Formats: sequence, structure tokens, C-alpha cells
Amino acid sequence: MRVRFRFTKLGKVRFASHRDVARLWERALRRGSLPVALTEGFSPRPKVHFGLALSTGHESMGEYLDVDFRPDDVGGLVIEELPALLSPLLPPGLEVTLAALADRSEDSLQQAVTLCSWRIEVPDLDADHLAQEVASLLARSSVEVTRERKGKAVTDDIRPYVHLLEVADGVLYAELGTQPRGLRPGELLAAFEAPATEGLVCRTHQWISTDGARREPLAAA
Amino acid sequence: MDSIWPQLERLLPQVAKPARYIGLEDGAYVAARSPQKAGWLLIYPDTYEIGLPNQGLQILYEILNERDDAFAERTYAPWTDLGALLRANGLPLFSVDSHTAAASFDLLAFNLSAELVYTNLLECIDLAGVPVRAAERRASDPLVVVGGHCTYNPEPITDFVDLVVLGDGEEVVSEISVVVAEWKASGRGDDSRAHVLRELSHIEGVYVPSMYDVTYDGPAIRAVTPRYPDVPERVEKRTVADLGDWPYPKRQLVPLTEVVHDRLNVEVFRGCTRGCRFCQAGMITRPVRERPADQVRTMVSEGLRRTGYDEVALTSLSTADFSGIEQVVAATVADQPDGNQVSVSLPSLRVDAFTVGIAAEIQKARRTGLTFAPEAGTWRMRQVINKLITEEDLFAAVDSAYSQGWRRMKLYFLTGLPTETDVDTLGIADLARRCLALGKNHHSSPSVTISVGGYVPKPFTPFQWFGQNTQVELQRKINLLRDNLRRDRGVALKWHDSKASVIEGLMSRGDRRLGPVIEEVWRKGGTFQEWSECFDFTKWTDSLEAHGLSLEWYVYRHREEHEVLPWDHLSAGLHKDFLWQDWRDALAEVGLPDCRWTPCYDCGACTGYGIEHVVASATPPAGGSQGTGQQLVFLGRKPETVGA
Repeated sequence: MRVRFRFTKLGKVRFASHRDVARLWERALRRGSLPVALTEGFSPRPKVHFGLALSTGHESMGEYLDVDFRPDDVGGLVIEELPALLSPLLPPGLEVTLAALADRSEDSLQQAVTLCSWRIEVPDLDADHLAQEVASLLARSSVEVTRERKGKAVTDDIRPYVHLLEVADGVLYAELGTQPRGLRPGELLAAFEAPATEGLVCRTHQWISTDGARREPLAAA
Repeated sequence: MDSIWPQLERLLPQVAKPARYIGLEDGAYVAARSPQKAGWLLIYPDTYEIGLPNQGLQILYEILNERDDAFAERTYAPWTDLGALLRANGLPLFSVDSHTAAASFDLLAFNLSAELVYTNLLECIDLAGVPVRAAERRASDPLVVVGGHCTYNPEPITDFVDLVVLGDGEEVVSEISVVVAEWKASGRGDDSRAHVLRELSHIEGVYVPSMYDVTYDGPAIRAVTPRYPDVPERVEKRTVADLGDWPYPKRQLVPLTEVVHDRLNVEVFRGCTRGCRFCQAGMITRPVRERPADQVRTMVSEGLRRTGYDEVALTSLSTADFSGIEQVVAATVADQPDGNQVSVSLPSLRVDAFTVGIAAEIQKARRTGLTFAPEAGTWRMRQVINKLITEEDLFAAVDSAYSQGWRRMKLYFLTGLPTETDVDTLGIADLARRCLALGKNHHSSPSVTISVGGYVPKPFTPFQWFGQNTQVELQRKINLLRDNLRRDRGVALKWHDSKASVIEGLMSRGDRRLGPVIEEVWRKGGTFQEWSECFDFTKWTDSLEAHGLSLEWYVYRHREEHEVLPWDHLSAGLHKDFLWQDWRDALAEVGLPDCRWTPCYDCGACTGYGIEHVVASATPPAGGSQGTGQQLVFLGRKPETVGA
């Protein structure tokens, strides 16, 4: 049985790495004495599947995690109660907001998510300059950028990744594609005519697209 | 007090591993501050990864936060990237718990477990915005306190500290809190600092260096004398009589990010009377005080449940010596609910087949490597250092381990020991080869790794009079081993930097004249000296020379029987004539039995303080020549060897 969890990463804990968060989850599941399925072999690990990595230092309102439970031992498990059970076992800022049964036949979170919504503070630019940069970038049909991926410099057009850019209250809101390489908020700002650096960044949503419609991996009821 | 978090969070994206600076650990306290309480900032002057697991610091953190008249927060040395950013932005050292400025605490309390961190001590004091020299501090500045094993000779750092605590901290931190809380309540008036220090010097185990004068006779020390009649001539260490009264940590900190020893740690006993003559920890922590077995069991099961760890270490200086260790280990595994696999680790394994048996009991899976510490390559050398492991013990242990599925052996050795000849040094290579040969009976490709450290003489050990091998000599011995093992596939050699051993030796037995040397190395940027990428030997030797001091005098010279040692006005309970006799015995290659199971030889640690060993079993553990075969040693006969 697979359960999908949605959780936040807000405040100080945003400086924990993706790997740290994975370990925190493993410990929380153990502390909650939940019947998590284990991998085979000499050093069994809990069967947990993480979504797209979030950069260290970025906040999030919508992180996801799939956990497999032992099919023989889930009798007492009430999925709706899991968020309240697990949140106190995680550090402040990592809060489990939703849990629901997931379909094991679906694509993994990493494959399924195609788009992320971001809230990006740009402390170097006032609202007007930010709006000018946004308008200018959106007007271009292609934006060639060289960035680093897995230690190698890769040059490609990031314009197709930019699905939405808008400025509200001096803050940049963006929807950026994740496939095949993904575009990071910092890379977007570096592509401005006057390259800018990010302040506080928050991933507000992740999206799965199917047949032209989009939905969140786990939507609020 | 204001948090500096808003300024700090803008800097953290620019530094490596920012999770070390955010706090939020499970088990952390939200300290309830008050003007009536003594505020402690507990500082481990190395990185968070090294410092967070430190049990001593965690124990004091809990004890202080349980008190009504004190509170405690923690911090660790910021890595050089953050240190530079803090300075550039005018921000101070901060606590990781609430990100409060260090100088707003009443005490900055450092845990000193290694001599090479001394420059980091200065770095942390300076980052706190406090004058590094104690003499320049005013009533508004916090008191700088140090504790931990290095403080048995704090003389090289006396310029920088206000008070030094000797021995177990569990009780003394409370006594200090009472005095400091009163000082705080009095408003800390202009000339109150000297007064409070004088008051603190009356607490047993507290040494206030500024209350003592040192006189010299040429390069030698003539005397260290208290300035006032009410200040003790000799400061005695503190010893907790019964570990069972102190079941700490009750809520071990669980870090968000990876640290060393990332597991539950339960201390099963403190002190060790095996009597290894090179081992300062064994000498200064006497007598042996075992934790009651049922308390160990409760601390393990409670700790695992609370932390979510799947590994527990039963810690001590030699855990296989704990009375009934087999039952405790079996109970630890049995107490776990079904499906929860817990692994138990026993650091400091004794070298014998019995110990391997216990290891086999707990390490059902993942049998990759096992570590032993024979410490010296020949039986003669092991008699000198009183590490009475016979070759029979070692080979039986190694053979047993290989036969039960382990394939990698790691063996720890020291080189540069008193009376060591090249025969002894090369004996290390010989032992390694013979261990590997045993492995080949069981595996196609066994491996043996030998790790060699340069021996550094420490205060309050029988070897405190011994002139350390020169850097050139230590390096020659390492090279000798390296050349000798060059053609041995399957034996890997690792060694510590001989230059770092020399500077460790300089601090270990140094005196107050080294203060300016440490300060100069720190001012030239020499921090994190225990990290090989930062260690800078030339900075030390240049600074020594500039101050007219020499390695020859401080490190390489043999001390004389009646010489005043820099730490003679401090006491770990050990009689100096006991240590001197043990030194003579060492040179005569005479072993000394473990007094847990044989009559007392009056080292002073029990008798001087009116305390006793707390050992549940009156019989020595099975196996291990130190437990059973000591009479062999006394007759000076060499035991039979096997596998030769």
C-alpha cells in the first residue's frame, strides 16, 4: 500500500538539504512505529520515494513523498490521522499537510511532475525594474543560457521552460517547467538583461499535467 | 535578548552546509532566560559535525536547563567561510538554539578535547566580541570557562581563560551557577569581576589561573603559587561517585544534518584501570564507575524510542570490560519490537576472542570490518606501555573474526613510544602480515589496515617525563614501516601527520609562556589546526622562534624526577610518586595488573577522594590476558605464541 504525503519546508529548516530531509523522514516514520515496507538485503532501508529535489535554502508549501507500507500490517493505519501523527515527529517547519492513498501504477513523483510554481523575492530590483525584466524576457522567443548540470556546462534555450512570469507587490511569481532538465529560479534571474540574484524563494505548488489539464499530486480537499 | 537570525539568514545561502547553524535539533531546549539565572553558552570549538555528538556537552546542557537558577544554549565553531562573513557584516558568534549573541551570556564554557583546537578557542572568544586576553575583560564581559581532558594542563591557555574546571562536570556546573547567578543579581558592578573569580576559586575542582603566580629559574619553573591565602595551593579534580545518579543525556540531541557518531550513545561506565601507560583518559578518569545494568537497558530502549535512531553505541574506554556485557547486549537487541532492526556498536573493543564473540552476537549482518588496538608491535613494547595483549590474544581475536565472516581488520598502533627500537616498529608490520595470513585461511582477499599515530606524552600519565620523538624521528619510523610493507598486498598503512603530533605535544606539556605563541598563530589566521587542510606547521615554528622558545625544550626533552611540571599545582588524584614508580616499571618492562580485580596499589584516585570502584562483578571478564593472565607478566615470562 502506497501513501502520498504533502508537506511544507518553511523557516529555518529550509537550510536542511534534500538528503537531510530524507533522513528526517526515515527517522520520523520509525519513531511513529509505522509499518513501513523495507527493501530486501543485508541493510534494509524503508521504501520511501521522494519527489523533485528542492535546493537547500528554498522554502516550499508543497513537497511530496510516497511511502510504501507492509500490506500485511496496515490494519490499524488510518491515513487521515497520519499528518497529525507525523508532524510533531519532524522539526518545526516540516509540517505534513495531507496524506492520501496513492496509485502504485502511476508514474513516480519525479517523472510525473512537469511544472512548479515559485514565489521569488528579488531584493536587488524594485517592482518597476522587475516588471521591465519580466516583460523583456517574455518578449524573447528564445533565451540561450549556459548553466551547470552534473558538473558539466550545458547551453540550451530556457524560454520553453518559462510558462508564467508575473510581478505582484514587488515579488516575482513564476511557473517553470521541470522536464527534461528543469529551470531553477536562480538561473532564471541570471538570464535577465541585468542579471539579478534571488532572495527568499518558495516553491508554492508542483503540477502534474495530463491531457492538457493540470492537477497537484495531492490536492487539498 | 535579540536574535541575529534575520541578519544571519541572508548570509547562510553563501556558506557550506548551512544546516549546521540552524539548531532545531530534537532534544534542544528553548531556554527560559531570566535576569536571575546564570546564562551558559556551551561551546565546542570545532565544527558542528564533530561537536554536536559530544556527550559531555549534552550532559551539562541538560543539567543546567533543568535548574531554576541557570539556562544553557550551545554553539560550535563556525567554519572559516561563515567566520569571515560574520566579521565582514559586523555580526557576533551566536547560539544555535536561539541565535542570540554569545556575549549576552554570563559564561562562555568551552569543551576542550584536543590541544589543536586552542586557536579556535581564541577565534570563538574574538567572534563573540570579547577580549581574547582575560586580563583585558571587564565586568560586562562573560566569564570564559574551559573543561574537558585538555584542561589537566591548561597552562598554555591561561592568558585567555577565566576559570578552568577539572574532572566530571555534573556537580560543579551547578555550584558555579549559584555563584554566577548571585553575581548577576548584584548587577555585575565595575570591580566585581575579580571578586567573583576569587569566590569561584573556592569551589572544589575550579582553577582560576589569574590567582596564581608562576616563577621561573632560567627556562625551568621554580614554583606556581596562589596569590591569596584562601586560594587552594593545589586544585583537585571533581569525580562523580555514582554514575547511576546521573542518567544523562535523557534526551540526546538528534541533529538535522549528518554528524560523526550519528547514533544513540549510552555511556556504560566512566574511568578505566587497565593502566595503559600512554593513555591519559584512563589515568585521569579513575576510578571505574559502572552504570547499573538495568539503567543502561532503560536508557537504550527509551533513547531509541525517543530519537528514532536504529543504532546505539555502548560507550566507555573499554566496553567489553563492563560487568555482564553479554547480557546487556542480548537484552538491548531483545527489547526491540519486531521489525525494528537495531545495531549495537561497541567502540574500543578489547583484543580477544571473547570480545569478537560479543561482536558476532550483535552484528548479525553487515560484517565488513572490525577494529582492534594492540598499540605496539612487540610483546616487549606492550609490556612497557602496559597494554598486556599477548600475540595469542590478538591472533585468536583476528582468526575468530575472519572465521565468522569479517574480512577487513583495522589495527591501531602508536609509534615513538619510550624505549622503542626499530625491531618494535617493524613488529607492527610483522603483526599485520601474520593477521593477513590468518585471513587467507578463511577468505580469498582479506585485508588489514594499520593506522599508526605518533605518540604524544600527556600530563598525569607515567610517560609525562618522556621526551617525545622528534618530528624527523617519527617520520623516519613511519617511512620504515611504509618501505617494509611496500610489497605486501592486502596490508594498507595509514598514519597521522608527524608535524601535527609535535604541535599537539607542544600544547600537551607546555606552560604559560606559550600563550603569546598561540595568540600569534591565531592572529595569522591559523584556525582549525586539527584539520589537515588547515594545519600550518610553519606558523607554529616561526612563532616559537620569534618568542625565543624551542620544540627541543617543550617537546623533545626528557623531564627529570624532581622537576616542577607546569601542572603540578593541579591534581587528577594520582600520586606523583605512583606515576614515577610506574614510569620506572615501564622502563624495566614490568606490567601492572588491573586493580578492579586485584589488590589496590594506591595510585591515589580512590583513596585521596574517599571513593571506590563501582563494578557489579568481582570477577574479571572471560578472555583477555589482562583479566586472567597477569601472573605471567609478573614473572616476566613471555607467553606462548600461536600462529607464528
